[in-house]
Amino acid sequence: MSNTMKSVALVGAFAAAMTAHATTSAEAASKEKCFGISLAGENDCAAGAGTTCAGTSTVDYQGNAWTLVDAGTCTEIELPEMADGTERKGSLEEQTRDLPA
Amino acid sequence: MLDATRHPPRLPAAPGVGFKPQHFNALRSDPGPVKWLEVHAENYMGDGGRPHAQLRALRDNFAISVHGVGLSIGGEGALDAAHLGRLKTLLDWLEPASFSEHLAWSTHGAEFLDDLLPLPYTDATLTRVTDHIDQVQDTLNRQMLLENPSSYLAFTESTWSETDFLAEIVRRTGCGLLLDVNNVFISATNLGYTATGYLDAYPTAAVGEIHVGGHDEDTDDQGAPLLIDSHGCAAVDPVWALLEHALATTGPRPVLVEWDNDVPDWPVLRAEAERAAASLSAIAVR
Amino acid sequence: MAPNQSQLRAALLDPAQPSPAGLTDGQGKPTQKRFDVYRNNVTVALSDALRASFPVLRKLLGDENFDQLAPLFARSHPPSSPLMMYYGDAMPTFLKGFAPLAHIGYLSDIARLELGLRRAYHAADSEPLDPAVLESLAPEALQASTLTFAPAVQLITSDWPLFDIWRYNMVDGAPKPQAVAQSVLITRAAFDPSPHPLDPAQAAWITAIQGGKTIDAAHDAALAIAADFDLSPLLTVLLQNGALIRMTTPKD
Repeated sequence: MSNTMKSVALVGAFAAAMTAHATTSAEAASKEKCFGISLAGENDCAAGAGTTCAGTSTVDYQGNAWTLVDAGTCTEIELPEMADGTERKGSLEEQTRDLPA
Repeated sequence: MLDATRHPPRLPAAPGVGFKPQHFNALRSDPGPVKWLEVHAENYMGDGGRPHAQLRALRDNFAISVHGVGLSIGGEGALDAAHLGRLKTLLDWLEPASFSEHLAWSTHGAEFLDDLLPLPYTDATLTRVTDHIDQVQDTLNRQMLLENPSSYLAFTESTWSETDFLAEIVRRTGCGLLLDVNNVFISATNLGYTATGYLDAYPTAAVGEIHVGGHDEDTDDQGAPLLIDSHGCAAVDPVWALLEHALATTGPRPVLVEWDNDVPDWPVLRAEAERAAASLSAIAVR
Repeated sequence: MAPNQSQLRAALLDPAQPSPAGLTDGQGKPTQKRFDVYRNNVTVALSDALRASFPVLRKLLGDENFDQLAPLFARSHPPSSPLMMYYGDAMPTFLKGFAPLAHIGYLSDIARLELGLRRAYHAADSEPLDPAVLESLAPEALQASTLTFAPAVQLITSDWPLFDIWRYNMVDGAPKPQAVAQSVLITRAAFDPSPHPLDPAQAAWITAIQGGKTIDAAHDAALAIAADFDLSPLLTVLLQNGALIRMTTPKD
């Protein structure tokens, strides 16, 4: 693309985008449309769940002893031929076969 | 420029609640008896956005108390200078009526463990804690309040009672105290002493604020009751009784209702604040 | 001999260790379960924070898998700062090295996106660029200018359909992700961060501008990836979302 063409394209792009303005005004501090971000990782001074068991598990979650439960949405997402070109399903299902029970 | 009417220099001797963002609208339209709000300092140490905007809006109608949960005043290492700096930045722009922290540790080296961890009450701990409080008060150029912990165990090496320990800290540093009567009830039950006995030995003259909150019940290895400071329900009757016992000695003080887990809809929390108002009224007419 | 905080810390993060010596129930009796309260508090508090902070990761893995992952991550990577809103910055690297999940290649990118959304939420406020500034410039001056993004603006590059995966998990009725490389631009018009999908040429343009390149150089960077690159849709998104705060034009 020549410099002239590029400059025409740029000016056109800026002209087209010019009518768009930031939509900041109407949004009050109270109205929230976010996705759980505001309450993520809050500090507080309370104890966790009122039991003494959850932190004391001695299960070894290391490496392949990790037992995958085929439950998340990643099992619904099929993405072949991605990234490094290898075929992959993006599912937990297939891999659990390789892991010790 | 400090506007004394906008930013009262002290918390009012009235009910307050721990602020939760989901109560932002309800608090402004239907505050009930709530005259002040407490926020956890660390949640407002970002650079801006909604958390800061909400605080700027709320301080028009409420006195604000900043309650730190991450300074690790009882930590064996030096105070985190970066964190103390962030705290100073927050207090400088927000100009809250009060700042408080905990008699506990939570940071070790570069790790933050996100819990208020227990301290042995020894001379060595006393020196360390008073040094840290001196540093905090010097840096912030204001008095801080120190809160008594909820304890699940005791250290065999402790040589001070908690009440004497707190009194000595006050004497050496000039800090004030935040008396959490729920924590007193929890610690007394868990460690086998009486809550009223604790209050009778507690340096009540230094109290600048009182906390009330809910706890969970469990049992220990021996089957003995073990109370957990969950802040996930309403305060129980014995804790309210303890509040009135304390107020009878301290006189009217700012009383905060804490509710951090399973946070209820506003009317439920407002009802707790109304109960705190009733306790304060009972003192006023006595 | 009482435990020091270093010993307490080690026992708090390792459930295989017994309760440190020197701790009692207040009546002189030794206790394991009472120490477990603190151990529980630490692990549960950190795991809860991760659960709240990585909602897309949680949906992708499912609750049971995430609930195994969270304490494992928490004990090996406690927060490096008391600011829990930023907790989990080690998660993308952790996921890359975590063998049981290595076959789901996009998890690490999703973790970067979720961290970015939280950083955007807490980023400094800013005044958007007045579009009138753009109107007044001659084409040559425009090409030679640089742009500054709002503090909340972030680019999360990915070889995966990152935006589609995010949307599929967070927006009801969203379509399944298609097999395309998609980066995400995070903006924050007022208080709520918004993710926007970018193709590789658009991502190259943002990267160039973030690196202080001129509008002309950024355009070249985008054209090198897609010969038919059109800046208009991206510029519209930027202006609509207050993503640009300053244009700097060199003085002649």
